[in-house]
Amino acid sequence: MSDGEPLVRWQWIGDHAGELADYTAVHLRLGLLPVLFGLIISVPLGILCHRLRWLYPPVLTVANVLYSIPSLALFMIFVRYTGLTEQTVMIPLTLYTLSVLVPNVVDGLASVPEPVRLAATAMGFGTVRRVVQVELPIAVPVVIAGVRVAAVSSISLVAVGQLIGQGGLGYYITRGLQLDFPTPIVTAIVLIMLLALTTDALLVLAQRLLTPWSRSKVTAS
Amino acid sequence: MIRFDAVSKNYPNGTTAVDDLSLELAEGGITVLVGPSGCGKTTTLRMINRMVEPTAGTVSLRGQDIREIHAPELRRGIGYVIQHAGLFPHRTILDNIATVPLLLGWSRKKARARAAELLELVGLPAEMAKRYPNQLSGGQQQRVGVARALGADPPVLLMDEPFSAVDPIVRAELQAEFIRLQKELHKTIVFVTHDIDEAIKLGDNIAVFRTGGKLAQFDTPERLLADPADEFVAGFVGQDRGIRRLSFVKAADVPLRDGPVLPATSPVAPARAVDEPWVLVVDDGRRPLGWAAVAELPESGTLADAPLAPLGHTFSLVGDSARAALDSALLSPSRLAVGVDAEGAVIGVADAYELSAVTAAADVAGAPAGDEVGAEGPAGGER
Repeated sequence: MSDGEPLVRWQWIGDHAGELADYTAVHLRLGLLPVLFGLIISVPLGILCHRLRWLYPPVLTVANVLYSIPSLALFMIFVRYTGLTEQTVMIPLTLYTLSVLVPNVVDGLASVPEPVRLAATAMGFGTVRRVVQVELPIAVPVVIAGVRVAAVSSISLVAVGQLIGQGGLGYYITRGLQLDFPTPIVTAIVLIMLLALTTDALLVLAQRLLTPWSRSKVTAS
Repeated sequence: MIRFDAVSKNYPNGTTAVDDLSLELAEGGITVLVGPSGCGKTTTLRMINRMVEPTAGTVSLRGQDIREIHAPELRRGIGYVIQHAGLFPHRTILDNIATVPLLLGWSRKKARARAAELLELVGLPAEMAKRYPNQLSGGQQQRVGVARALGADPPVLLMDEPFSAVDPIVRAELQAEFIRLQKELHKTIVFVTHDIDEAIKLGDNIAVFRTGGKLAQFDTPERLLADPADEFVAGFVGQDRGIRRLSFVKAADVPLRDGPVLPATSPVAPARAVDEPWVLVVDDGRRPLGWAAVAELPESGTLADAPLAPLGHTFSLVGDSARAALDSALLSPSRLAVGVDAEGAVIGVADAYELSAVTAAADVAGAPAGDEVGAEGPAGGER
């Protein structure tokens, strides 16, 4: 960084407000769609692992092995198939979420008290209905706890995708490094952190709205 | 109504939960399955709604083999109450109760209206409708569990130790409430418990199981106490079955004599002349005030001036059982039980020996059929 250059030039931020907003939107999409896809894969997979106990250890191992592969390496592998596209970033990020989401779905289902499961069966719920109407709703708090972790880590990982040209706000980080200009770097970091924190706060709010029953501990006479 | 024909349940690991059970449960009565843990009583219960499938034999409901009925459908027609209520934590109390009607495809509005009725029926205030299960006490949750089981007004109710997870006072309340409900609803109820007292209190018929899933005796509570089939049943019903039998004798059948009863306004002299150690002092309405020891009476004045020993408790000739009468005798300083009428006025007294004569009379007359006397009696002093 050249001497005398301030950490943030406010003027630059004002000039690039529109462009920053566009990149923020892209960043959000690249970070959150993988969480959504991850959830779409994890819920059925978690239900299956919960019902077929033998399936869970191998599934968990595969998910953890995937998580241990450095993101850069995974991007490079997928570039061969999907090119320098958004998919190339989103597929690895989706795979990463599985190591958090699958165990949380399984733990969430395991958190359903046995008498509740028994009562549901005895009331005449069929298996599918019982899972959808009783077990999954009760698993929601544990699942959302996993979604929070997955969302925050996914949002911060998007920036790495800049190495294949799809990094959302990561663009400003490489840009700033190339130009030896700190303002875009600082701006991008702050925006990414804000995105992560806001997403997390919204998820907490969503949980409160979805599960009013889980926090109303009280006062029994 | 519900019939077991040579039913057995064996598990692959070699254990036998139920062994060649044949049993017919009458319509409109409470049948209690009782026995030590591992005797197969819960397994037997769960075979009725196909939560457990027998390995041999058939279970039939109103003459139809239940294997011919699709399990979820069968279960929607049978109420089920379990030990820890098992309420759905994510649904409000009202929606918990509306569960089965909703499964049967009722409209939400109709199901909720029905649920509101049931909430009232089990004695819970309407403002609980919108609460969640974890905001209720254990006893309240259990009431909701009963209401939920009654959702679609099923003719059959299965209850698996429904009252065993609550404290004794709440349990007694729930039992009394349960007896009241059954008088109104006349369901066919199969009730599992490990508590023989509860079985005797609630059952019209009792099936005693022994370890290994064998039926030891199937009888009315009176017969079970009077004539246990073998050592095991005798041991299981307990050492005090003689006293328990008194629960089935109405206090009205107890032989009473007039006894030394004097009003508080009476002078001391006639009391001192009584040839008994204690005199029962009563008010103008012949309601008992207490026992006066003849030896400690003052020289003069009225009985109102005499020191009175507390009564212990009286027994009511209109609601209580002979067991309450015997207890009253044992707690009384004079060893005499005091029998009162509905207004609380003294009818007469009896000692423990005189009271014991009623069981002998019952043996001659044969055990009376019907509900246990005093299970919800107004003056029920046995607690």
